[in-house]
Amino acid sequence: MSQNAPTAPTTPSGAAPLLVASGLHKTYGATPALAGADFAIASGEVVAVMGPSGSGKSTLLHCLAGIVPPDGGTVSYAGRDLAGLSDAGRSALRRGDFGFVFQFGQLVPELTCEENVALPLRLTGVGRKEAGARAAEWLGRLEVDDVRHHRPGQISGGQGQRVAVARALVNNPRVLFADEPTGALDSLNGERVMELLVSAARDTGAAVVLVTHESRVAAYSDREVVVRDGRARDMAGAL
Amino acid sequence: MKCIHGVYSLGMSISHTLLGLLEAGPSHGYDLKRAFDNHFGHDRPLHYGQVYSTMSRLLKNGLVEVEGTESGGGPERKRYAITDAGITDVGDWLSRAEKPEPYLQSVLYTKVVLALLTGRDAAALLDVQRSEHLRLMRELTRRKMGGDLADQLICDHALFHLEADLRWLELTAARLDRLASEVRS
Repeated sequence: MSQNAPTAPTTPSGAAPLLVASGLHKTYGATPALAGADFAIASGEVVAVMGPSGSGKSTLLHCLAGIVPPDGGTVSYAGRDLAGLSDAGRSALRRGDFGFVFQFGQLVPELTCEENVALPLRLTGVGRKEAGARAAEWLGRLEVDDVRHHRPGQISGGQGQRVAVARALVNNPRVLFADEPTGALDSLNGERVMELLVSAARDTGAAVVLVTHESRVAAYSDREVVVRDGRARDMAGAL
Repeated sequence: MKCIHGVYSLGMSISHTLLGLLEAGPSHGYDLKRAFDNHFGHDRPLHYGQVYSTMSRLLKNGLVEVEGTESGGGPERKRYAITDAGITDVGDWLSRAEKPEPYLQSVLYTKVVLALLTGRDAAALLDVQRSEHLRLMRELTRRKMGGDLADQLICDHALFHLEADLRWLELTAARLDRLASEVRS
């Protein structure tokens, strides 16, 4: 596989892209989910991926994150073709370099909030004490340090989503993937989660791939990419 | 501070607002302007001319009266007070429901239909409009994040309206094929 840094597509700002997808194709059964999608994001950028239900937004995210392999096209992260990595290599990338927030937090119900946040650190070999301290610090940043010893079933949806954001960022990922992160929250909670997510990501310089169908959520991004019929259109130059 | 009135004006009744402010106690035109700007003029402070023309209209209609006139070194300063008729008028205005504005997307609808009729890319037109709406929503969101509660509520009002427009854009985008066959039939 090629180890060369891709030259296209580029980010509209001209900044060197950290994560690039070119000509992605993905079909589930007879249904094409992606039909030649391109995408590029640089460090520190927040890009909203928008589009109607079933347009291929989540599939694009899954391909970008190396969760599912595309049928065609390439995904390059920091100049490395994801297809050239072993399964273990891709898993290591997802544990170390990528962070994930999903619509329904997906916290481990048996663990406390602090243990949930510490989990990515523990999986990358950080000791229990240090992992706990860093988790507590992130829970504080997300304004949920008061629930650190609670289990997910004992806290509200809004608190759970903040815990999920803390867990996604505790490893200082270079790319944060957020798939409808406020989809299950009311307006006020959703707004606060977005404020905290975006400011925390900006502090750490992470790139954020934000899949959403909500314009109020997309308004926290720097630019939007619209996916329709499996193709992605970068709207940065549309105006 | 950026202006949000380019998209949505508050449609505010200045005369009722000044009258309402006057209900708290008699005031000079200058102080009324300051009170208005402080509460409502974040984007568009009142011009002195607006205040004085409004007050003379209210005076003519018997809703305010001149309580006193002070002449210092400068021009005469009138001190206005609200009348009983003015208090009734404010009360009526406050208790009356505002007519919801329909925000009919007539220009955009016309553009979409014309694009379809002339074989242009109507989806691209909607995409560009979405981007323009989102550009303004980003601006409002940034302002909201750094603002006080008044800023947040004002921005939220505009954001919710823009969001409604965007939902219309999405729905229209999803129905383009059907619309195309109807307008071309």
